[in-house]
Amino acid sequence: MALPCPLNRYLLLLAQEHLEFRLPEIKSLLSLFGGQFISSQETYGKSPFWILSIPSEDIARNLMKRTVCAKSIFELWGHGKSPEELYSSLKNYPVEKMVPFLHSDSTYKIKIHTFNKTLTQEEKVKRIDALEFLPFEGKVNLKKPQHIFSVLEDYGLDPNCIPENPHNIYFGRWIADGQRELIESYSVKKRHFIGNTSMDAGLSFIMANHGKVKENDIVFDPFVGTGKASRKNQKWRGPDENIRANLRQYGLEKYYLDVLVSDASKPSWRKGTYFDAIITDPPYGIRESTRRTGSQKEIPKGMEKCPESHVPVSLSYHLSDMFFDLLNFAAETLVLGGRLVYWLPVYTPEYTEEMVPWHPCLKLISNCEQKLSSHTSRRLITMEKVKKFEDRDQYSHLLSDHFLPYQGHNSFREKYFSGVTKRIAKEEKSSQE
Amino acid sequence: MKLLTHNLLSSHVRGVGPRGFPLRLQATEVRINPVEFNPDFVARMIPKVEWAALLEAAETLHLVEVPKGPIEGYEHDEKFLRQMHHVLLEVDVLEGTLQCPESGRLFPISRGIPNMLLSDEETET
Repeated sequence: MALPCPLNRYLLLLAQEHLEFRLPEIKSLLSLFGGQFISSQETYGKSPFWILSIPSEDIARNLMKRTVCAKSIFELWGHGKSPEELYSSLKNYPVEKMVPFLHSDSTYKIKIHTFNKTLTQEEKVKRIDALEFLPFEGKVNLKKPQHIFSVLEDYGLDPNCIPENPHNIYFGRWIADGQRELIESYSVKKRHFIGNTSMDAGLSFIMANHGKVKENDIVFDPFVGTGKASRKNQKWRGPDENIRANLRQYGLEKYYLDVLVSDASKPSWRKGTYFDAIITDPPYGIRESTRRTGSQKEIPKGMEKCPESHVPVSLSYHLSDMFFDLLNFAAETLVLGGRLVYWLPVYTPEYTEEMVPWHPCLKLISNCEQKLSSHTSRRLITMEKVKKFEDRDQYSHLLSDHFLPYQGHNSFREKYFSGVTKRIAKEEKSSQE
Repeated sequence: MKLLTHNLLSSHVRGVGPRGFPLRLQATEVRINPVEFNPDFVARMIPKVEWAALLEAAETLHLVEVPKGPIEGYEHDEKFLRQMHHVLLEVDVLEGTLQCPESGRLFPISRGIPNMLLSDEETET
């Protein structure tokens, strides 16, 4: 009876940034490329070292072509909590798996990486020499080797408490690096057109990855502004010259589909499912106000209308309503399996998981926090359409019942500024004393 | 505004519902924009196209060589895909109007951008 082929183990080295966003990004990408997240531990918390089982090297390479959270991936040959454990682990690694990379025609080099500690050159050489027992038959080439092997030593995360010995040591064959350099090349600092709320480049890529955007997908951003939130494999957008100019700057103009002016609460699309992903950063009402068109009855007395302008003066758009509209819109226009990725502003003292908007057609995939201030943060919510959308009205009834308990989103603007107002009051008081 | 976009837009004037599609296109300025041909993308769009609406819009713009519908094996038919690529993605309406077939309401297209905003009275409750 043939034994099942064990999955190969890989060591993923992650960047220590946007910690909460990493796991959903890696999971989404693995699933996009036909793998799934399999590791011996449930979560890795703050550690930059993750050991994953991946079916093939191709999937590992595809993962690295997209990730901005991971720095590098290695085929794991051995690991342990001490050098002795590492060596014995290496001796247990099947020789037939090593041989293709060690044969006499090949060239290689060994690198030593230490995390949270610096070693002298002498110490590094000692560690390389200790690996002599490995059946390397090729020639060392420090400039352009065919194969790179790495020893990674983990000295923990606390720079104020560096242990004598590492917590963990890993040895592996380097496969590929991630896309972190895109963060610099797409930096907002270099962008030709920016607005009040242009999104950080790294987070934009993370959003696309959480959205499982793939080649030739149609992506829609209902709140686009100058065109920062959506980027990867972009298609649809919501004001044109600036967006096109920004895309042109990056050589991505062919990915630009179109732009229109409309009210996100009153979508003007025919019935159907045509978006593969909806990725957006809705206005929170702080640096930009939220607006929508409304009927006569809803406008409070004293508010004026501007008959000449193309943009009707409108009443305030309560944030809760906006998320309701956004989720409904996503449930209706996403293809089955398509994802909605958006930022939800949160007043942290009041936050509970129940406040995250829900919809019967959409399944919550991840919820990652980014702190904005001492009492506010925003959460990147990713949802996947798992059920066909039946009838518009059916859901509005359901949702309003669920939404009424939490209207806190509406007063986000007040709460955001409450800290500022208190501080100003304090300063004035102390200057008077 | 590209014809792919036009194919997905509908009027949402109060009471109009599904009869708001397709919007009647009228163009005073059109530009042909070359766009890099991506056959896989075009093939993916074909199932989403509402053909009657597309043909009507193409006719209004006096376009030629517009396929009348998807053909057998279109995914691999380069000629078909190139024609569809041109119609859907390279024809850009810069100035014109989109008219709601039910209510007659006109939505302007200005500098290539359709403006679908309704006035406060017109919005559906």
